[in-house]
Amino acid sequence: MQILDLLLCLILVPLIAALFLLVVRRDSWRALIVQLSAVAIGIVSLVLLILGFDKGTLLYSVASEPVSQVMFFIEMILAVFILYLGIKHRKSLTIILILLQAGLLIWFEMSLAGHLHVENNLFVDQFSIIMALIIGIIGTLICVYAVGYMETYHNRHKELRDRRGIFFGLLFIFLAAMFGLVFSNNLLWVFFFWEITTICSFLLIGYEETEEATNNSFLALSMNLLGGVAFMAAIIYLAISDPAGNLLDLNYLLTTGKAIALVPAVLICFAGITKAALMPFSSWLVGAMVAPTPVSALLHSSTMVKAGVYIIVRFAPVLSGTTEGLIIALVGGTTFALASFMAISQNNAKKVLAYSTIANLGLIVACAGVGTYNLMWVAILLIIFHAVAKSLLFLCVGTVENRIGSRDIEDMGGLIVRMPRIAIMMFIGMAGMFLAPFGMVISKWAAIEAFVTAPFGLIFIALLAFGSSATVFFWSKWMGKIISVMREQTVVEDTVKKEKYSVLYILTGLVVVVCLIFPLMSSVLIEPFVMNIYGKTALLSQANIIIMIMMLCLLMIMPFSMLFYRKGAQPVMLPYMGGTPMEGPMHFTGSMGISREIVLSNYYFEKSFGEKRLSLFGTSLCGGLLLIAGILLLGVIV
Amino acid sequence: MISETFEPVFYALVYILVAPILGGLIAGIDRKVTARMQGRVGPPVLQPFYDVGKLFEKENPVVTVTQNLYVLSYLVFMIFAGALFFSGGDLLLVIFAFTLSHIFLVLGAYASYSPYSHVGAERELLQIISYEPMIILTAVGMYMVTKSFFVSTIVSSPVPIILYLPGVFIGYLIVLTIKLRKSPFDISTSHHAHQEIVKGVTTDFAGPNLGKIEIAHWYEYVFLLGVIWLFFAWNPLIAVVAILIAYFLEILIDNTIARVKWQLMLRTAWVIAGTLGIVNLGVLYYLRMVVVP
Repeated sequence: MQILDLLLCLILVPLIAALFLLVVRRDSWRALIVQLSAVAIGIVSLVLLILGFDKGTLLYSVASEPVSQVMFFIEMILAVFILYLGIKHRKSLTIILILLQAGLLIWFEMSLAGHLHVENNLFVDQFSIIMALIIGIIGTLICVYAVGYMETYHNRHKELRDRRGIFFGLLFIFLAAMFGLVFSNNLLWVFFFWEITTICSFLLIGYEETEEATNNSFLALSMNLLGGVAFMAAIIYLAISDPAGNLLDLNYLLTTGKAIALVPAVLICFAGITKAALMPFSSWLVGAMVAPTPVSALLHSSTMVKAGVYIIVRFAPVLSGTTEGLIIALVGGTTFALASFMAISQNNAKKVLAYSTIANLGLIVACAGVGTYNLMWVAILLIIFHAVAKSLLFLCVGTVENRIGSRDIEDMGGLIVRMPRIAIMMFIGMAGMFLAPFGMVISKWAAIEAFVTAPFGLIFIALLAFGSSATVFFWSKWMGKIISVMREQTVVEDTVKKEKYSVLYILTGLVVVVCLIFPLMSSVLIEPFVMNIYGKTALLSQANIIIMIMMLCLLMIMPFSMLFYRKGAQPVMLPYMGGTPMEGPMHFTGSMGISREIVLSNYYFEKSFGEKRLSLFGTSLCGGLLLIAGILLLGVIV
Repeated sequence: MISETFEPVFYALVYILVAPILGGLIAGIDRKVTARMQGRVGPPVLQPFYDVGKLFEKENPVVTVTQNLYVLSYLVFMIFAGALFFSGGDLLLVIFAFTLSHIFLVLGAYASYSPYSHVGAERELLQIISYEPMIILTAVGMYMVTKSFFVSTIVSSPVPIILYLPGVFIGYLIVLTIKLRKSPFDISTSHHAHQEIVKGVTTDFAGPNLGKIEIAHWYEYVFLLGVIWLFFAWNPLIAVVAILIAYFLEILIDNTIARVKWQLMLRTAWVIAGTLGIVNLGVLYYLRMVVVP
């Protein structure tokens, strides 16, 4: 089988599945289609890995003119659709942006597009393969999970319109667009898929059709449209620079050097920053949590925001060593630190996850913006580790929310007793986010080692040092909450569906396995990719890898020590409460002989790490930084 | 002769065997000196060993059996971190293992659902986030001077590291106060029984579990003082003197300064890391060409 066939397969299979899902009404059929196509997509992306990992960059020419015509046509229809929705909901900002974008597109098509010809429209290299694996495995697992979730969801929320056909259709279109995005070599095609992901996420965030959901979906749409306008501007700039259209060839553009590629690179990175929800655009991702949990999981782990960082990492070699690149990196670094601080003050589980995602995306962009070879390596590692752990965490929170009816961390006390399996999986997911020797710590460690030798690296090390200690705080207190053992609680997890469990088990397994095999992934995929671009590549020393693996094994052995402490073998006491602790639920007898209930709550430090204060600060700082980058860019153009 | 490959293993083994003895002695001397400062005679130097010995003779009551797991993990990863340090491993990896072990202690405290250990756990976390930036900056500083994160390289560097990292060293001493649970920063649990949250993070541990926590602390002392050694590694004699003076200063501070609230602790530690640490490293950054050829 040709690799080109695999690429087309990955774009078309989810699309065809989506078409079926849009029309199928029966639940059982829908589940079947979702599962079958998930398996198919997963297998094809693995085959792509096996066939393509040692091939380097492969370029493919596909009949571009007819496809481009179709894309233009679809984009126009979507623009009209968005315009209609914008007028219907009276969102003037959205209307202005979509008119601007459509206007640019039409003008481009009329005056410039005629002479443009890009020979190789599709390509695949190791980075694309990594992204394809993330989309093809994690993305589809989330879709499988969503089948069970949405059933429970609609049973709980009878007031909402059941539009599951559209919902699943959109999920799969989303996946198709993501595959298209990572395989496209023609920037016009990248832009097309870029816009599709924007619109899919807009529709999915607004799925509930409540006022909040609608507002938040329009917020996400406007911010991403703004990015889209910047992307379009980059394309127009390139088309004017070279009327033959050679510069629209992404792979070629990246080799042309800073003189030509810097302006479009910064514009596209601006689009990437809006999509990756860095400050000052972080509010759309936080608002997106109104969507059903599988949508959040998809947006945060394998699609949408990953499209944003994907494109920035692609342009990292162009950014490296430039002032503009440094500014973009500073936006990322600041976002990392501030979003980590803000996560401390949140008690809404999904919001904590959202801020953690924003923080990690910030870190990825910080790496890509500085753009040295070892930081590029770190950025790709971060993308992988983050996708796995974050998807697991979202799905766990979703399951808990469906069971206990709350996404407040304070309501998750004693989860280890009430839903032991889910709690342990959540625990592993969180460990994956901030504890050694799991993925995110490996990457942070590598990031410190890489920043040390990078220009202006000290600033980023400082941001990283403070930000990651905040990370330790908010994850640990959440962990502490779920493992605190309260008395007299009942197990409530029996009703959770089987397929949901299997998805969670696979993801939990992945969190651990990815840590074990990351040296392999690095040597087979990431290092050749980085080598290809920079001529040198990063490595973790062999001794360290051995120690990490020892640590992981040690960590896995530890739970077996529980076998020595069988129940009943040692006295189990009531916790110390100052007064006389009483049997039964959490009560103690205080002075005056009055029985009092104990309620424990975590620290949130609203005053020090409050969302309002910090986000105002971050928005103005990062907004200012972007403004400076814009002015520098104008200087270059003029 | 010890061969190249077994040298790290040998040092790790020495640490595992000797550190608890050394750490216990340090704790004993600490108590003695503290007592003298307060005009008391104080317990025998070997008192910590008697205490821990006695703890292991007692039964092991728990609030929940999972506490055993957390305490054991705390001890195991503390030993792991220290052994990695003394075998010459990567300093950053040592720091991450060290954080991991503390997280286990915190989790053990959370697990019991006692209000006292709960507040203790939250405060222990605050302590962790207070000192962590400075510790990472210390490692980065070592790298900037010696071009390596490996303890084995740092320790054999002929450069007097302290001369390049005076700010970092002072910063490290200040966060060391937090790590050694000395006043004014002994907010999560205290050596002295005068705390409003009883025994804080260790409230619901008793018997052998408490004993294991004590032993972990001994390992920790040796590791933390080992980091001071790195600053003076070019001359072992000065290193020993520096460690003695540093530890004496910690005891002195402990006995003369009243405990502060967490806000002040966090602010102090972060401001110190942000000024002394970053400024020191910033200066180094500009002088980097001259430092190590």
